[in-house]
Amino acid sequence: MSRERSDFLVGLFLLIGLIALAFLALRAGNLNSFSFAPTYTVQASFDNLGGLKVRAPVKSSGVVVGRVSDIRFDNNEFRAVVSLNLEEGYVFPEDTSASILTSGLLGEQYIGLTPGGSDENLTENSRILYTQSAVVLEELISKFLYNMGND
Amino acid sequence: MNKLLSPITAFGKHVRLSISGLGAFFHLFLAIITRSGIAFRRPGLISQQVHFIGNHSLLIITVSGLFVGFVLGLQGYYTLNRYGSEEALGLLVALSLTRELGPVVTALLFAGRAGTSLTAEIGLMRAGEQLAAMEVMAVDPVRRVLVPRFWGGFISMPILATVFSAVGVIGGWIVGVLMIGIDPGSFWSQMQAGVDIFNDILNGVIKSLVFGVVVTLIALYMGWTARATPEGVSRATTRTVVASSLAVLGLDFLLTALMFSN
Repeated sequence: MSRERSDFLVGLFLLIGLIALAFLALRAGNLNSFSFAPTYTVQASFDNLGGLKVRAPVKSSGVVVGRVSDIRFDNNEFRAVVSLNLEEGYVFPEDTSASILTSGLLGEQYIGLTPGGSDENLTENSRILYTQSAVVLEELISKFLYNMGND
Repeated sequence: MNKLLSPITAFGKHVRLSISGLGAFFHLFLAIITRSGIAFRRPGLISQQVHFIGNHSLLIITVSGLFVGFVLGLQGYYTLNRYGSEEALGLLVALSLTRELGPVVTALLFAGRAGTSLTAEIGLMRAGEQLAAMEVMAVDPVRRVLVPRFWGGFISMPILATVFSAVGVIGGWIVGVLMIGIDPGSFWSQMQAGVDIFNDILNGVIKSLVFGVVVTLIALYMGWTARATPEGVSRATTRTVVASSLAVLGLDFLLTALMFSN
């Protein structure tokens, strides 16, 4: 086989590899939802995170407006502190409330933002004051049983 | 007394030989890495090996990937159907392929398809005293023979594994969406929501890179140290398949524990 033909086939082989990688990244992977838009960070404290994970989506009215960038435990307040990276295109009032919700019955957990009515907006490093923890099934059941006993 | 001691002696000899074999293996690895400068001076040599190792393995990899995707689609549907979550089939197929099956099955096929031919080629070069002739002509056989083959395998393996995963996903789509009739929208969107580009796809590529290095090195080492007889070459070829399969499966466990255990 001539040298040129073998070089052509090798080039074709490398190209097929690149196409396969692009296919995996774009069609199977989450490169589409990967956004490089500039973001700003706000903090929120929760009593209970449930199963929230880093890189979980932050949604408002069902639209993804950012992602969870960091989760740590504040040893002074004994609460979980979550950092949210919100895209700069979206602004929210200062009294926005954050709650941890579940998509579907058994789906992944995400943070839902409900805008308030304040004129001031959330800015870099500001804190979301109104938060609602994840619903833990066991607590729900025990509350239900406790109320049943009262009747 | 001698009869009593001989098993202990045999055991000691076995341990000594395996340690010195391991030493020789890493010595060869270092020799290949330090002589890799030729890759930049004569890239044609490597492109020739990519053609020999990669292009010729493409067909078997594509066909196997397609069928593994088919089977994953059928078996995954059977299990998921019990829990009423058939839409998660795309996620199941894509995750199992990019994380595990793509790199591992490709490495096993690669050992059988490309590793054996490398071992046989180099073993026969030694048997035919071609390597000795090169040394007489002041051509370093490690630099001229082993280095291009090593880098050829290093480049080909991740490409083959990526092609395997991509074709497998298409195979799962053919069975799941076209034959069984799962909704294509949720098939792809569940997959896209669950497959992370760094955690899953990139880690799979890293796995396949490691397997490529290990399988190619084992094949080269077995050929290089083969006894210069027809029987020696045939044994070396068998040892290549056994050793590289075991190494791939063992390393896969270690890499999975490192990458995906958080």
